Amino acid sequence: MSAIICTDLCKYYQQGDSVIKGLDHVNLEIAAGSFICLSGPSGSGKTTLLNAIGGLDRLDSGQISINGERVDLLGKAALADLRLHSIGFVFQAYNLIPVLSARENVEFVMQVQGVSATKRRQRSMKILQEVGLEGMEDRRPAQLSGGQQQRVAVARAIVSQPKLVLADEPTANLDSKSMEKLMTHFRELNQVHQVTFMIATHDQRVMNWAERRIYMVDGQVTRDEMQDP
Amino acid sequence: MKMPLSGMTRLAWRNLWRNYRRTLIMLLAIALGVWAMIFMTALMRGMVDDMVSQGVAALPGHVQVHAASYRDDPSITHSMPAPGQRLLEALESELVSAWATRIKVPAMISSEYENRGVLLLGVEPGDEIALGFDPDDIVEGRFLDSSEDSGIVIGEKLAQRLETRLGKRVAVMSQDPDNNIADRGFRVTGIFHAELENTEESVVYAGRDVVQAMLGVGSDISEVAVLGHDYREPGPLTEHIRAAVPDDFEVLPWPELDPYLGSMLKVMDGFVLVWMVVVFLALSFGLVNTLMMAVFERIREIGLMRALGMRPAVIVYQILMESLMLLALGLLAGNVLAVGTIVPLKDGIDVSVVAKGMEMMGASSVLFPVLSPADLVMANSVVIVLGIVTSLLPAWRAAQYQPVEALGRI
Ligand SMILES: Nc1ncnc2c1ncn2[C@@H]1O[C@H](COP(=O)(O)OP(=O)(O)OP(=O)(O)O)[C@@H](O)[C@H]1O
Ligand SMILES: [Mg+2]
Repeated sequence: MSAIICTDLCKYYQQGDSVIKGLDHVNLEIAAGSFICLSGPSGSGKTTLLNAIGGLDRLDSGQISINGERVDLLGKAALADLRLHSIGFVFQAYNLIPVLSARENVEFVMQVQGVSATKRRQRSMKILQEVGLEGMEDRRPAQLSGGQQQRVAVARAIVSQPKLVLADEPTANLDSKSMEKLMTHFRELNQVHQVTFMIATHDQRVMNWAERRIYMVDGQVTRDEMQDP
Repeated sequence: MKMPLSGMTRLAWRNLWRNYRRTLIMLLAIALGVWAMIFMTALMRGMVDDMVSQGVAALPGHVQVHAASYRDDPSITHSMPAPGQRLLEALESELVSAWATRIKVPAMISSEYENRGVLLLGVEPGDEIALGFDPDDIVEGRFLDSSEDSGIVIGEKLAQRLETRLGKRVAVMSQDPDNNIADRGFRVTGIFHAELENTEESVVYAGRDVVQAMLGVGSDISEVAVLGHDYREPGPLTEHIRAAVPDDFEVLPWPELDPYLGSMLKVMDGFVLVWMVVVFLALSFGLVNTLMMAVFERIREIGLMRALGMRPAVIVYQILMESLMLLALGLLAGNVLAVGTIVPLKDGIDVSVVAKGMEMMGASSVLFPVLSPADLVMANSVVIVLGIVTSLLPAWRAAQYQPVEALGRI
């Protein structure tokens, strides 16, 4: 059974006289436990698609259902709950709350979920160590490098093992060793815990990890192929 | 609310100090506003308290007993017998701090040059002092010795008007119960000063027994004046006395004896509330502005929190929490400031330079600020309640952002 079904998604932006196609009749079925890479030139609609699936943006038309539930019909609070409990996000640009330390940022989602303080601390310390940020737990985002911030964001996205992780360029600022480590970690979560991954990336090396590659151009899916990672 | 309070508090607290200069300015504004609320209220309370207690001292007493028809026609025909056994027992009560029986009739006083209509009080001087007559107000001569003292004590102003002075004789004329002229000569033994010019001009004191003899009323009196312990609570005392006299006597608390004075306290309460709300309104612009700026600065962050699954309602709580912290800190500073400036002034502020007009209203030239706990509670509640109400707008605005549009802003 499919975890996510996108039917005829359209999202257009009016820019003066021209219409920009963020999403142009996109149809996708994503099975639970998939490990997917989303690629395509800049401006092709990768972020727009991830945002739509995560319920962060309103569509012009089309339907999205996650495990049979019509996400596009949910109200604000229900969408918030869905994101909180089922989806882990890594955003492309802005990820961390500046007044919170790395550890507090990682704990933020768990805190909103209502996880107890001791459990939060235990999990956040462990995951920060796994992404290679041991000893930096108490630094504020401004005191971390771009790559370190990105790893904090990744740690936050996966710390409470959501069913779905939507990661937008999670490796953009990472060296290849950190990248390899992160992808190994993702793959492990995917295989051991059946977490579904959708990763938007420009990085060929990241694409090689995927079992399915979706290629977009101008808001349309132009190629969609399976591969052996 | 999913997010535990501790997490929200931490976030709110840190956000509060991100722009510490703006926060400090806002705190100062709130503190000054609260100070203005409390300080001005204390001054106004002091003024009204003073007016009321002077008014009560002039009545005198918190409760008075009269013959039923006396207040319609305060002449000697409507006098009452001296207190009987039951009333005397009632006057022994804990509720009573002092009492006096008095004769009070309209009379004409004449010197060799002038005459004036006055209120002639036949008093027992010791009781009168217990009820609030201040012997220090005698500026020349002395107060009466006893209820049999054959002298008379008049006000400074009246002495001027009559062109008389200490030691001279005056004639006092009134009516006896049979409507015959009753008159008597008195020697001026004392001259008193009063805050109210009107009192100085229109009230004269003579011995009670002497006046009773002059009017031929035996031991009858016009009124029993009873002083309790707190003029704010005349009710129980009134009931107590009322229970001890026959039904055809009128027992009234001071707010009914002097309705104008009685309404002062209520008017004052309303005025205090209006004043506090007005000060708050001035503050509220700053508060809304500060919070709005804080929200606009943090649109991306708020979008992020929403994207991560924080419900809009929790965003509202978050902003309200921040506002509440700001208000609480401002209130703390404001209260400390207010108490710190009022307590050193407890010996009074000399306002005689500007007080000529106030004496007309019955206030004295030294103002004693009164810091009442009820006013403190009221000022703090006004700020907290209205503060939260005003913060709802910025908080609601913050919750309206779509996560993606907020995140998308660079
Ligand atoms: N708020 C917006 N207003 C107008 N146009 C927008 C808006 N958001 C996105 N777009 C446009 O929609 C198209 C798709 O954008 P999107 O961010 O999805 O691209 P992307 O594939 O993620 O690109 P990149 O690889 O650079 O991140 C782009 O042409 C972009 O300019
Ligand atoms: Mg993008």
